[in-house]
Amino acid sequence: MKKLALGELLFLVIWRDLVLAMRRRADVLTTLVFFMMVVSLFPLGVGPELDMLRKMAPGVLWVAALLASMLSLGRLFSADYLDGTLEQMMLAPQSLSVLVLGKMIAHWLVSGFPLVLVAPVLGLQFDMSAQSLLVLIAGLLLGTPILSMVGSIGAALTLGLRGGGVLLSLLVLPLCIPVLIFGTSAVEAVSSGLSVVSNLSLLAALLVLALLFTPWVSAQALRISME
Amino acid sequence: MLEVSNLACSRGDHQLFSGLSFKLRPGQIMQVQGENGSGKTSLLRALCGFMMPAEGKITWHGTDIRNLDEAYYAEVLYLGHLNAIKDDLSALENLRISAGLSGTELSENEALTALRSMGLKRRELLPTKVLSQGQKRRVALARLLVSGAALWILDEPLAALDVGAVLLIQELVTDHLRRQGMVIFTTHQPLEIAGFEMTRLSLP
Repeated sequence: MKKLALGELLFLVIWRDLVLAMRRRADVLTTLVFFMMVVSLFPLGVGPELDMLRKMAPGVLWVAALLASMLSLGRLFSADYLDGTLEQMMLAPQSLSVLVLGKMIAHWLVSGFPLVLVAPVLGLQFDMSAQSLLVLIAGLLLGTPILSMVGSIGAALTLGLRGGGVLLSLLVLPLCIPVLIFGTSAVEAVSSGLSVVSNLSLLAALLVLALLFTPWVSAQALRISME
Repeated sequence: MLEVSNLACSRGDHQLFSGLSFKLRPGQIMQVQGENGSGKTSLLRALCGFMMPAEGKITWHGTDIRNLDEAYYAEVLYLGHLNAIKDDLSALENLRISAGLSGTELSENEALTALRSMGLKRRELLPTKVLSQGQKRRVALARLLVSGAALWILDEPLAALDVGAVLLIQELVTDHLRRQGMVIFTTHQPLEIAGFEMTRLSLP
């Protein structure tokens, strides 16, 4: 028997959540299908005016990504809470924040990263240019992890509450507004010929901030919810 | 050594117990007794640091457990009402993951040996959702075999177990006490530990 180092524990949590997600693929697919459905409804509903579609594309894609990530947040901690695994995680000999970070990363890999991969295909429905698509992907790559991380605070706070899902969205969505603004402005900037550096840098800065603080805040919220 | 002084716990406005003090030294075992709802589980959860006690102090080797945090958790094994096993994972994966969460890496062979001595031969690779309640409990209890923790906190460890498994747990607990371990547990079934004096703590 060997003692586990911090990094190995982090890896274990990520690996465990990924294995669990693979054994329950339906949960993963719901998020992705929801995202694709919502985005695809707009061209159908608004009609085939390319100018208008091009203009609303970044907003639609980002709002859909935001809502899709809310959809899976409720499951982030609830399964572990119900079967007692969360209690064992709190008794781990390493900081709970590290385990929470592992869960956030796994959550993003399962529910955020697939959105980034299908976004360019969906963007084509809106006649987005190759350049805009590139910026959209870059923005989503930086932004969706923030949604998972900020969302986990809400998920931890609403753990075990009845009707927690709605409350969770009410708590988390306002906090995600900056991500939405910088993400969409980056795409708008590139389509009007401006530099995208400022918006993407701001997103990256938010990501670094979230990485620094959200695991700790979520861990504290979990301790409160477990009492 | 675990020392509890003047502990009080409440659930909402209802006070469960107050003024509770005891010491648990290496090689000692303590059974917490009381009616349903007397606060046995709350006491054990407070000892794990999940619950902030309303009053009083819990110390481990003289230091408050709230200041020790992870250093204390490394010495504690908690087995609650919930088995903390995943239905979608096999018994083997469950054991290796829960050992990993408590900080020890378990090789496949070590995990298989532990599961077999818990009477789960030929069930190691099945997803635990097809196992019975008692077998699931055995998977959870297999952690006792591979744990290096000094303090075992067991909440109803015998629930859903058959006679054979109860004997096995008795053996495990006796071995642990011989290694100068400490055990605090609750049960509604008799658990006989030969050669060690059982301290009993009654909650009002």
